[in-house]
Amino acid sequence: MKLSRVLPIAGLAAVGATVANAETITVATVNNNDMVVMQSLTDAFEQSHPDIKLDWVVLEENVLRQRLTTDIATGGGQFDVMTIGTYEVPIWAERGWLTPLDNLPEDYQVDDLLKSVRDGLSHDDTLQALPFYAESSMMYYRQDLFDDAGITMPDQPTWQQVREWAGKLHDADQEQYGICLRGKPGWGENMALVSTMVNSFGGRWFDMDWQPQIDSPAWQEAVSFYVDLLSDFGPPGASSNGFNENLALFSRGNCAMWVDATSAAGKLFDADQSSVADKLGFAPAPVAKTPKGSHWLWSWALAVPASSDSKDAARQFITWATSKDYISLVGEREGWTSVPPGTRTSTYENPSYQQSAPFAGFVLDAIQGADPTDSTLEPSPYTGVQFVGIPEFQSIGTQVGQMVAAALTGETSVEQALQASQRATERTMQRAGYLD
Amino acid sequence: MTTAKHSSVPSTSAAPLERSALTSALLNRRLWLGVLGWILALVIFFPIFWMIVTGFKTEAEAIADPSLIFSPTLENYAEVQSRAGYAKFALNSVVVAFGSTLLALLIAIPAAYSMAFLPTKRTKGTLLWMLSTKMLPPVGVLVPIYLLFRDTGLLDTRTGLVIVYTLMNLPIVVWMLYTFFKDMPKDILEAGRMDGAGTLQEVIYLLLPLTLPGIASTGLLAVILSWNEAFWSLNLTSSQAAPLTAYIASFSSPEGLFWAKLSAASTMAIAPIVIFGWLTQKQMVRGLTFGAVK
Amino acid sequence: MIPAGLFPATFMVTDMNKTRTSGRTIGGLRTLSLQAPAVTLLFLWMIVPLAMTVWFSLQRYNLLMPGMTGFAGLENYEYLFTDPALWSAMGTTLLMVGWVLVITVVGGTLLAVLFQQDFMGRGIARVLAISPFFVMPTVSALVWKNMMMHPANGVLSWVAESLGLPAVDWFSSLPLTSVIIIVAWQWLPFALLILLTAMQSLDEDQVEAARMDGAGPIAIFFFITLPHLKRAISVVIMIEMIFLLTIFAEIFVTTSGGPGLATTNLAYLIYIRALLDFDVGMASAGGVVAIILANIVAIFLVRMVAKNLES
Repeated sequence: MKLSRVLPIAGLAAVGATVANAETITVATVNNNDMVVMQSLTDAFEQSHPDIKLDWVVLEENVLRQRLTTDIATGGGQFDVMTIGTYEVPIWAERGWLTPLDNLPEDYQVDDLLKSVRDGLSHDDTLQALPFYAESSMMYYRQDLFDDAGITMPDQPTWQQVREWAGKLHDADQEQYGICLRGKPGWGENMALVSTMVNSFGGRWFDMDWQPQIDSPAWQEAVSFYVDLLSDFGPPGASSNGFNENLALFSRGNCAMWVDATSAAGKLFDADQSSVADKLGFAPAPVAKTPKGSHWLWSWALAVPASSDSKDAARQFITWATSKDYISLVGEREGWTSVPPGTRTSTYENPSYQQSAPFAGFVLDAIQGADPTDSTLEPSPYTGVQFVGIPEFQSIGTQVGQMVAAALTGETSVEQALQASQRATERTMQRAGYLD
Repeated sequence: MTTAKHSSVPSTSAAPLERSALTSALLNRRLWLGVLGWILALVIFFPIFWMIVTGFKTEAEAIADPSLIFSPTLENYAEVQSRAGYAKFALNSVVVAFGSTLLALLIAIPAAYSMAFLPTKRTKGTLLWMLSTKMLPPVGVLVPIYLLFRDTGLLDTRTGLVIVYTLMNLPIVVWMLYTFFKDMPKDILEAGRMDGAGTLQEVIYLLLPLTLPGIASTGLLAVILSWNEAFWSLNLTSSQAAPLTAYIASFSSPEGLFWAKLSAASTMAIAPIVIFGWLTQKQMVRGLTFGAVK
Repeated sequence: MIPAGLFPATFMVTDMNKTRTSGRTIGGLRTLSLQAPAVTLLFLWMIVPLAMTVWFSLQRYNLLMPGMTGFAGLENYEYLFTDPALWSAMGTTLLMVGWVLVITVVGGTLLAVLFQQDFMGRGIARVLAISPFFVMPTVSALVWKNMMMHPANGVLSWVAESLGLPAVDWFSSLPLTSVIIIVAWQWLPFALLILLTAMQSLDEDQVEAARMDGAGPIAIFFFITLPHLKRAISVVIMIEMIFLLTIFAEIFVTTSGGPGLATTNLAYLIYIRALLDFDVGMASAGGVVAIILANIVAIFLVRMVAKNLES
């Protein structure tokens, strides 16, 4: 790619034969921990693939998403490997923006990838991106506090129980809060959790005619429950807490319970990063009326855009970074709790992993139990558990997320927030042509 | 009337009458003003100071209760450097900021010259309109510019960023230069013309030397604005031309808690421009006072 | 009196005709050839993005909907003007601009007077106070968010707790105020710098005469210093306004426009449309509206200040 840069290198070919065909690929990724590890393993890749050089563009999630969407939609061709999520993959694939990944090499073992994750990254039965790590949601709790209060965690907790326990364990003076939940607005932040709650309270984003359902009783009930729970027994400033902030709170011992991504388990269980590593309990995400859609499914995946002019090299890189060997490499170098979770059956069958990650079973069950095609009690026209797989959802989710956050801070009532959300969503859907 | 002429003149040179009483009162006043001035300066500077300090803490110390007692570590700097090579980003920032400023000055000087010395009925309107285009939020034109850049191969090039920054700063540069030129004493230019100097000579030998402080301070402002610009630099570059603002974006809001590393990266990103600003601050003030001291 | 000269309205009070005739002397033709390319280039560079924005604002154009294109007429505008968020965003924009201007101009003036006094280490104190202006907006927003205003670990909450006060949860209970504080912190040094400069040209004889007549420091400030700074203040207002109308990074990093719409200004609303919806047509319409709004504010402001200058 980038002729101007390849040419001078080609000029050097006479000197060093190994560099002669070196092809540089630009990899765009998120600055999450797991991806930072991937970047640090650049040398390992370049050694095993001497004809490929990696150039990294590491950005924070929101900036990356807007950057990649602009580039791919305009065919800018700036990137050869893009890190995208379960939300983007089907939408982009439908528009022909991604290179389909069929005929993957035998030793890649496609069938080893977890089925629900693979399905989420496929379009027309062809993989469009390879999963780097995948997560669902689950509940973390403090075993010591539960024991002291004489509470036993059932196999499947309900939100009502969570509220009772939070009340018992909440002690604001000691900076010990009954429950920590996401409050920071954003479709991938508070709305990920709120959507699973709405699903479990029997609600849905749209009915079969794409009519928004945000002013329905199920939404009202779920959001009121969420707002009350967090206002009564949550930490101060809950409306600006996202995943990171809650992770910090919980690992410092400020929360009795926390419902969030399964990918936090490895960090909470690592005694270097967390002061609650030895007091940690795990449970499935709570349910209300129905278990359907009560925990989400998300994966970060590596894709090759159709606009890339180094598709082969890019493909080699993404199969390397999502391979079994890569997972073992990380396991050996960084420790088994740090391997990218949720993608391969073999990871969960690996004795080293099972030994160092006792939470593995919960995570595997949660990921396998999430069904993006059937996540609502009443039928819905969309796929996605904590999101709606249409391009308009990014802005819908963000706007509704803002309204829910406003309700959480008490700036508006839940009713007002949901009505405003309903109106805004109806407008967006009308404009996009779903509604008349 | 030289009594306490200017506050920068030492007050001991005050009138001899009641000298000691006056001096002690003034000293007392100076002391309190000094204390107040220093307190305010430190309060304003505190966030920057705190950021620099946090860059030398461990991650655990960074999120603990605020404290100045800790054993400084360079591990954040090492980690940050190993994740992203600082030099490449810094070089891009320097090239783009200074390149765009030079280009903007080159285009703006003739334009400002003609506006200041050959105004038409439309001059006023043009100037105002130019300034108002600065108020257009850049997100509004991102897609058109991106398409344009894609077709011209300017994506992820320093040339592309230089063009955009030149464009971005041009209205302010023209406007500031215009006002500096406008303040030129007319008779000097007239005298030059009498001597038969052509326009080019007039600009080079008369206008530029006389307005140099003004041009310098305009340039400095443009450099600072380009250096700190974060929207275009993030959206139009990927790896080759990415400046320090993109460097920061790779450390902000990460999944783990990286405040100390973020602080270290931020300190490195702003250090060159802050030092540059400190060194040239006097020049800027002098440039901006030009006209007042004539 | 450069600060005065910085202000565009000065040409209202200068004699244009005289300049014009004198300019068209010996080098007249050459002058024209000198300015033509520059002015043309300038004009092109100004008009191209603007024209593109106007054009796209009349199109149905969404990046994520490659199939849906075509002439939309005024549909984008109609949709924009019926958006309840628009009016709130306009209000927020004006509130932000207004408050930051008030804080920076008042604070900058007082600081300029203070830093004009002679005291020990004045030079260093000035440099420290001016520093925030050189810091990238993203960095200063991050520093304020994570290290100053964080409800649990921030310095401000620590100070509040040490004083026995409840910690303030800045971004959820006082979102707009928080953003205003951050932006004002960045622009206060700029105002200080310009006003400090203007102070240099203050006529000390006049001050001394007033003092002889028994005027106190407060009277001197209001009747001599302030009128002298009037034109410099106009410069500060004009330059700041250009930047404040498009504040974005600070909001993006801290509150993402929320909670609700509390900190969504026009620039941020356009961002939501342009980069979350990828609705280019709509974003362009928003851009055009932003320019119109900016022009209205600018003209209003220029009129007001120009009057000041003439009197």
